[in-house]
Amino acid sequence: MLSKSKIFFKGIVAVLPHMLSVIPFGIITGAIGIELGFDPILVYATSLIIFGGASQIIFMQLLSGGASSLVAITSVGVINSRHLLYGAVLSEYLEKLSFIKKLFISYFIVDQGFAESNKYIKQNKNLSNPHYYVLGTGVTLWFCWQLSTISGIILGSFIPEELGLKFAIPLTFLAIIVNDLRKLDHVFVMLVSGFASLILFNAPFKSYIIVSPIVALIAAFIMLRFKK
Amino acid sequence: MTWFSIIVSGIVTYFSRMAMVALIDREMLGTKVKEVLNYVPSAVFPAIIFPGIFFNDFGSFVEITDPKIYGAIVALVVGFYSRSVIATIVSGLLSYWFIIFFLLR
Repeated sequence: MLSKSKIFFKGIVAVLPHMLSVIPFGIITGAIGIELGFDPILVYATSLIIFGGASQIIFMQLLSGGASSLVAITSVGVINSRHLLYGAVLSEYLEKLSFIKKLFISYFIVDQGFAESNKYIKQNKNLSNPHYYVLGTGVTLWFCWQLSTISGIILGSFIPEELGLKFAIPLTFLAIIVNDLRKLDHVFVMLVSGFASLILFNAPFKSYIIVSPIVALIAAFIMLRFKK
Repeated sequence: MTWFSIIVSGIVTYFSRMAMVALIDREMLGTKVKEVLNYVPSAVFPAIIFPGIFFNDFGSFVEITDPKIYGAIVALVVGFYSRSVIATIVSGLLSYWFIIFFLLR
């Protein structure tokens, strides 16, 4: 049986490869905030209070472009609503925790942390304290995100733009799902989501981020009905 | 006003993280819903991957010769056979850099 600290540590290790995209993305986020003319404290506050990469950039771009608070807040809400889906999946592993612990751990639910936790916990069904794994991934991503946005705020975007490190973002997410390409049902769901996102890309409020997954999940639901 | 927007956005985001974990009782979800939830990663991440590869910074489709497409194909093949997260990301980046720094120069 694995001790709590070992499980926590395994969570840390699992998300380390994702730092290749998280750290440059964090630096860019901090640097963009300053370039847009926001106070450094405000830029950092988005990392601490909102804590959600793409949504922070869009939030600051909208406000500096003269959009109303309502539009900025709505966009953040739409982009980040995918966490509802992560929560629904993770709730199975976090069920036994006290209410206070659930409130605490929720703050650390992030894309890559969710994905790695879900993968590991599914493969190790009788893990005694799965929430330590979730926490290990989440806390690591949190620290790296805070530090990288702070360095972007202070040093500017010191990573040369020619490197095109933005491309690391689709790559980390590809790394997360690439193993499921072995299962045809998953491939079907991925293609529905991917094509939906291409069609809906220019829809208002970046809504493709949540609408495409919903379309894909509906497709999965229909597929499951036909399978039986 | 900016502070107000940040705090409300933070509350909204935190709510989206917390709601399903802390407020919803799993018994309320039917077996069908639970089955569909198995597909959450496959349903969410392609919506980030596809636009990241096939759209440029200005929101229009990239050309079929775009280096990102070939970097992604390399990452896909390497990832599929290696089953390694780090190999997927590194192979994608290296092949992308190889194309933009050597082939396109």
